[in-house]
Amino acid sequence: MKRPLKRSNAPIFWALFGAGGMLSALLGPMLVFITGIAVPLGLLLPADTMSYPKMLAFAQNLIGKGFIFAIIALFLWHAAHRIFHSLHDIGIHAGRGARLLCYGLAMLGTVLAAYALLATGF
Amino acid sequence: MPEQQKTIEIEVLRYNPETDQVPYAQVFAVPFTDDMSVLQGVQYIKDYLDGSLSFRWSCRMAICGSCGMMINGEPSLSCQTFLRDYYPERVRVEALAHFPIERDLVINMEGFIEKLESIQPYIIPKEARTLAQGEYLQTPAQLNAYEQFSSCINCLLCYAACPQFGLNKDFVGPAALTLLHRYNMDSRDGGQAERMQLVNAEEGVFNCTAVGYCSEVCPKHVDPANAVNLNKTNSAMDYFLRFLAPKGGTK
Repeated sequence: MKRPLKRSNAPIFWALFGAGGMLSALLGPMLVFITGIAVPLGLLLPADTMSYPKMLAFAQNLIGKGFIFAIIALFLWHAAHRIFHSLHDIGIHAGRGARLLCYGLAMLGTVLAAYALLATGF
Repeated sequence: MPEQQKTIEIEVLRYNPETDQVPYAQVFAVPFTDDMSVLQGVQYIKDYLDGSLSFRWSCRMAICGSCGMMINGEPSLSCQTFLRDYYPERVRVEALAHFPIERDLVINMEGFIEKLESIQPYIIPKEARTLAQGEYLQTPAQLNAYEQFSSCINCLLCYAACPQFGLNKDFVGPAALTLLHRYNMDSRDGGQAERMQLVNAEEGVFNCTAVGYCSEVCPKHVDPANAVNLNKTNSAMDYFLRFLAPKGGTK
């Protein structure tokens, strides 16, 4: 351990992973319930909760945009990090390729989400 | 009370660097009583069946940390693991995983010793102190901050348990990082900035993927997984806040 130490850049990815994990733990089940169970089955919520005009208005609102962006981007970064390290754990020697694929997909999703949200207008 | 003599099969991983290309398994039939540990089982083999069997041991009461072995694939102290719990099945005893084997059940721990040195496992005083100033005083809360992390006996079970150390031998690893945390948390110590360089480095805490098996196998309940993960937060803070810190943090 005498060799010079190089600071790891992991905190960037770890922070995105942590933020995504926190968000998915707090909001994930609720989102699954609303979008996957309550609205399709007409439980508890009004039938038009996720109608196109309402969702469009939500996506055009600045806070709504922020919410959608954070959910998509941070969930993706969380998943990318978890999958990358799970490859490691199951003995697939994840190298540069796997790293690029995992984090690259998260990056791609982030850029696409940002583009789509901006294209939706205000 | 008279009891019928029971015999258990112990499968031992053997390796003699002078004659063997690769390690191989050898099975011994060992008579045992219910109070016998796996360590006593291999001692029986050495005393009565094959004197060439090599293994480390000392205290026989889970405090010296010498007798760590893989027992049926689990990192365990052989002195506190009992043959009766495996009988009538065969029990498999191997050298600790993830370490080079020196001979039979003896591993080479040189890499670990280097890591232990690298974390500076001693109090680096904040300022020079004279005898006349008397002893250091610590509140119970200050003692609490590090006491749990000071119970490590360097048995290396956590390294044998850690899949990330298995994949990257440069990872400083659970026990050394925990001891590092122990000194960083000590109110008498002033060496945190120096030690953080190792925490932040590519060999540091971010190799850990929070598997948690290290804490499960720890015979002293030190909870290395907790120490390592607390330092991920410390390291991330250091990473992002160094631009705001007056001294610029570490490199």
